[in-house]
Amino acid sequence: MSKSTNQQTSKSSPPTLSVRNLVIEYQAKRGAVRAGRDISFNLQRGEAVALIGESGSGKTTAGLGIVRLLPENAQIKQGQIIYRRLENGRVTETDVRALNDRQLRQFRWKECAMVFQAALNAFNPVLRISAQFGDTARAHNYLRGRKLKERALHLFDLVRLDPERVWRSYPHELSGGMRQRVLIALGLLLEPQLLILDEPTTALDILTQRNIIDMLKDLRKTLDFSLIFISHDLSLAVELADRVATMYAGRIVELCDVYTTFKNPAHPYTIGLINAVPTLTAHKDRVTSIPGSPPDLIDLPPGCKFHPRCPLADERCRTEEPGMENPTPNHQAACWKWQSARESLAGGWEL
Amino acid sequence: MSNKGKSFWTETIKTFKLIARNKVGLLGLILVTALVLLSFVGPLLVPPETQAHTDRINKPPSAEHVLGTDFQGRDNLIMVIHGGRDVLLVAFTAGILTTLISVAVGSVSAFFGGRMDSMLMTVTDIWLAIPRFLLLVVLATLIELENIWMLAIFLAIFGWPALARQIRSQVLSLKKREYVEAAQLLDLGAAHIILKEMLPNMMNYIMIALITSMTTAIYSQTGLVFLGVVPFGNNWGVMFSLAYAKNAIYNPNAAASLLAPMGAIILFQLSLVMFSRSLEEIFNPRLRTGV
Amino acid sequence: MTVPLIQMENVSRRFQVKRDQYITAVNDVSLTVDEGEILCLVGESGCGKTTAGKMIAGLLATSEGRVFYKGQDIAQLKGQAFKDYRLAVQMVHQDPYASLNPSHTIYETISFPLKRHNLAQGDEAIQQRARKLLTMVDITPPDDFLNKFPHQLSGGQRQRVSVARMLTVNPSFIVADEAVSMVDVSIRISLLNTLLELKQKMGLAVVFITHDLALAKYFAWDGAIAVMYLGKIVEMGPARRVVDDPQHPYTQVLLSAVPDADLDATLQREPIQLRSMDVPSLLRLPTGCSFHPRCPYFEGEQCEKVIPQLTRLKSGVSVACHLVLREHEADLA
Repeated sequence: MSKSTNQQTSKSSPPTLSVRNLVIEYQAKRGAVRAGRDISFNLQRGEAVALIGESGSGKTTAGLGIVRLLPENAQIKQGQIIYRRLENGRVTETDVRALNDRQLRQFRWKECAMVFQAALNAFNPVLRISAQFGDTARAHNYLRGRKLKERALHLFDLVRLDPERVWRSYPHELSGGMRQRVLIALGLLLEPQLLILDEPTTALDILTQRNIIDMLKDLRKTLDFSLIFISHDLSLAVELADRVATMYAGRIVELCDVYTTFKNPAHPYTIGLINAVPTLTAHKDRVTSIPGSPPDLIDLPPGCKFHPRCPLADERCRTEEPGMENPTPNHQAACWKWQSARESLAGGWEL
Repeated sequence: MSNKGKSFWTETIKTFKLIARNKVGLLGLILVTALVLLSFVGPLLVPPETQAHTDRINKPPSAEHVLGTDFQGRDNLIMVIHGGRDVLLVAFTAGILTTLISVAVGSVSAFFGGRMDSMLMTVTDIWLAIPRFLLLVVLATLIELENIWMLAIFLAIFGWPALARQIRSQVLSLKKREYVEAAQLLDLGAAHIILKEMLPNMMNYIMIALITSMTTAIYSQTGLVFLGVVPFGNNWGVMFSLAYAKNAIYNPNAAASLLAPMGAIILFQLSLVMFSRSLEEIFNPRLRTGV
Repeated sequence: MTVPLIQMENVSRRFQVKRDQYITAVNDVSLTVDEGEILCLVGESGCGKTTAGKMIAGLLATSEGRVFYKGQDIAQLKGQAFKDYRLAVQMVHQDPYASLNPSHTIYETISFPLKRHNLAQGDEAIQQRARKLLTMVDITPPDDFLNKFPHQLSGGQRQRVSVARMLTVNPSFIVADEAVSMVDVSIRISLLNTLLELKQKMGLAVVFITHDLALAKYFAWDGAIAVMYLGKIVEMGPARRVVDDPQHPYTQVLLSAVPDADLDATLQREPIQLRSMDVPSLLRLPTGCSFHPRCPYFEGEQCEKVIPQLTRLKSGVSVACHLVLREHEADLA
């Protein structure tokens, strides 16, 4: 049970997670699916980064890749995943890709926990919640018996669940929102320094979503962990993220703090995405779709993968894939036209 | 524009290629074809054994008689070649009839629901509760089953209830699909919905039903012959039955007379089941288009 | 005064869960939709919006109350009159993967209703019509798609084909049940815009069912929103007004709780606390006003005992809340 009074992300200490040039491929009958192409980002201590993208963006693949939970037909072809644990002033580095099976099991859950959508099948339906916690704790040689129950009940309290009642329940006796919270508590059980949430609020009711979001905000103040959450829902980024990584066709196309993402985005895709989502206060004329659809990850176009849908695309965009440009030191955008993008698209998607 | 434009042959070749994707299924198809050819074309090429040869009773397999001879000195291989026709015809006919009846009953029952469903399912359940094989035996002794067609119809009458229930549950689950609901909204009619919307998505299931009913038919048939209730023919079942009756199990030399027909029956069943592995390739549109 | 296209009059729908247990999915709902009008049914899961939509489309019978199509009770329609109704009211489903038959090509899917109802004679005419319909839903060039199977199309494209299929029978009323929820975020609006254009061109009326309030406001910009809670309509009125100035406590709570992709608005927002976090079960509805156990403005006896009726205010909004109606006593229409 650790607590950090320091809410600011400490830039002075080394990042908790460094992902460099990650390339992940799936083998499908038709060919190789390039779900992750050169993904790079850092996650500072205590920071929350949102991986925002649509279908085929590679966001879930990236999350699974970090904990090496990729399915059998997928492989990390290239890249580096370095995890740094800070304990008592000392930093221990782990090369996640180099871990063997036993070390990997230790890494997963104790250092880095991944929480999926709370479908009923995320649980063993014939075991009580207490038993499932027991199983996880036992598998990692963690607390037992009374001590385990104490810790679990404490976590249930933090995630706003009725502790005793949930401890004794079977999964089907709990609502979707409650199950999601149990999964988050389970994720936090072994005090990981990195938590990855995959679509934590999808398929949940509005009021339940609100509860979970508020609970996550409180958790971040009380406990000390870094957070990556994966979603297609921009509003989640508004609520929870410090920084936002926008993903498209297997790559991060823009990475900057949340304020810049919404107020001053540089990449046309980000601009288009934000304009495509209606808000409660927006005027209907200000909302426009992005024409076309995401590319086929097996058969990607040359150059910038967004160019078929981008009104600013020129010859260079069509032939040369952009590297990461830096509008500011803490703002990255993979676009040749970032300087003029925002202005050119201010009047709408049609130029 | 629509698939009607494609020629019959291109579709057939394409289907064959799809079957070939699954090695087990391909082997199954080859075996089935081989047995069919053996049983239907073979007899045209090889004259039957019509007499007894007392000089070579119960000879074990040798170069001259590859599968040995039976209790009447007849060559087992020739007997096997001639013995398949009846068995296969009954299997195919009974299988197809059973499948037709069970699909009809199952889908109508599930689609219309309500009283029709209750009524049909009650009939099915009653039928299922009756010990069918015993009834089949009793009836067969009372009614003379003169030919294979009657036998096939009989087997179908007794075989459809089991499959009907399975088909019904498939249709019930398909009924909830949104494209079926859309078809209802578009008033496309019950016949269209059952035949064109649901059935194509159940083909896998139906083919399994067909194969199951074929193997069941063979079992029933062999059993009836073994009990001596079916008095005709000289097929694999009869071969087995006679060999057994003539105490072939006590005579090591006569082992082939038991094993040859048994082997043929088992091989046929096995090849059908193996073939069913390829069904997924043919009927799943995703796999068909090579995605 | 023209007769409304669709009218629900005190409609309720119960489902049997166990031998003695029923849930009331829709509870005494009345609403009307005129020709060419848009109505959004919004609410959380279990509020009854999908069930209401299915009853409008005639896929579910009512347990109580009646649904009228052009003034006639749909439960009494027979023969040609029923057929007319059946074709006039169509539905677009949520799941693009399930709404098209995976064994049929796009051409087959569209040609079936055309052939069945003799809407085009001969292969040539059918092909022409199919091409035209696909173009109307922005599937271009249509010839590229006619021979494809659903799994070869993207989710958004499948939804468009669903819409095209529905258009074959020239409907006048569409029920869109979460029609864009399973489609990529960046193309939702384009799909909705296509629907809006079709509505314009063909004079369609649309009931759009969704849990997404921002989407509802966009789609029903010139139309109406009805907010449902536990089977009842708690607030109904012009879309923009309901979202910008909610009257019913539930609507207010919902709007303050829903995550919104607007950075400034989110930072300035004031959360409203509910009385209780327990979500009531449909098996045992609360007495009186269904929202009272959680309502932040709960007053006492009246809220617990008396069911508030949906009453129209002068501003054009109808609300079912004792508190609001008392405050606006002078404003009753």
